[in-house]
Amino acid sequence: MSETSRQHRARAEWPLWEVFVRSRRGLSHTHVGSVHAPDAALALRNARDLYTRRSEGVSLWVVPAEQITASSPDEKDPFFEPAADKAYRHPTFYEVPEGVRNL
Amino acid sequence: MTTVLPERGPGGEAGGGVGDVSPTDEAALQSAFDAAIGADERIEPRDWMPDGYRATLIRQIAQHAHSEIIGMQPEANWITRAPSLRRKAILMAKVQDEAGHGLYLYSAAETLGVSRDELLDKLHSGRQKYSSIFNYPTLTWADVGAIGWLVDGAAITNQVPLCRCSYGPYARAMVRVCKEESFHQRQGYELLLALSRGTPAQHAMAQDAVDRWWWPSLMMFGPPDAESAHSAQSMAWKIKRHGNDELRQRFVDICVPQAEALGLTLPDPDLRWNEERGSHDFGEIDWSEFQQVLKGNGPCNEQRISQRRRAHEEGAWVREAAAAYARKRAAAPSNEDGRR
Repeated sequence: MSETSRQHRARAEWPLWEVFVRSRRGLSHTHVGSVHAPDAALALRNARDLYTRRSEGVSLWVVPAEQITASSPDEKDPFFEPAADKAYRHPTFYEVPEGVRNL
Repeated sequence: MTTVLPERGPGGEAGGGVGDVSPTDEAALQSAFDAAIGADERIEPRDWMPDGYRATLIRQIAQHAHSEIIGMQPEANWITRAPSLRRKAILMAKVQDEAGHGLYLYSAAETLGVSRDELLDKLHSGRQKYSSIFNYPTLTWADVGAIGWLVDGAAITNQVPLCRCSYGPYARAMVRVCKEESFHQRQGYELLLALSRGTPAQHAMAQDAVDRWWWPSLMMFGPPDAESAHSAQSMAWKIKRHGNDELRQRFVDICVPQAEALGLTLPDPDLRWNEERGSHDFGEIDWSEFQQVLKGNGPCNEQRISQRRRAHEEGAWVREAAAAYARKRAAAPSNEDGRR
């Protein structure tokens, strides 16, 4: 390995992993932040050391940040628009006569 | 829909907008941003934001992260000489927390489009600053207590309002940090109390530490609002929620009764209760000292940054080896530990 490529490799940043913690049984994993790590095993260890020092979790997920697909904020209105005009999806849309219970 | 990172700013460049925007688009984006700030909504990483807002956040979060990392040094100085196993375990946990706080904050800064390496480079080359307080030496064991009580106390006073900062990732990081800081402050207070109630020599050691750390702690809130370069704009953006002077006053009022309970005095002859204001008056701060330390002429500036650089350089082979190992395993997964 040439000196420059060695330096380049030493300097190349470890990939970024997004970290999700299940705080206790019965709850979903929640995003808490990110860590850098060379591989998945070390990402888990780093995430444990960083985000669960006080028993904040019973389970951890780490996901390569570049693998996540997200909706884009600048198209958020058209993208989520189909849900906006369907008030009939909510129970409050419907009228129920006075006195009718358990509905 | 586009493939992008969920918690990253657009592009890799700090200060970038969302692609090419025309002036009219920009005006619309600006007014949407202003409306969100006005309505006390949070700004999230991939939202459009003014370049100045992004740059201010990067500067502030980076400085905050660097302070946590450099802040490990003055206390780590006493780990090997902690007077009991209990104190040693506590101090190690605290110093580890400081590293953790630095990492939460670097993670938040990275959502704005800067890389971790870039931030570390700027710390090591002096292009980004850290809190001046960590350029003072820890001369005795009592300094560990004074740092916990006063320095972490001042930090908490500053940081609690940051939990409501307009930038989501910064606010969320601060919630975690604040939860952990209260242990830091209490262990320091307990340590000082033990010394204060100890032998006359121990009591004197505690008093000496408080005498040395009091004024630098007050300086942690930054210059008076009238002279603070960024205060007004940061308040308008709801990055900051209170002025420097207001937070400093709050801190003084909190500390006075705590010092009395410790049986220690605060080194300010002008410190007295002002019935009319319902607050304590206190003496003039020596801002020339603050400026000197800021310029790099504090007692430990050189030592702190060179130790940080050395730690980084000496860790290079570990980072490189781990990366090489990861590449090798990725290339030949079937040979992984011979188990597959």
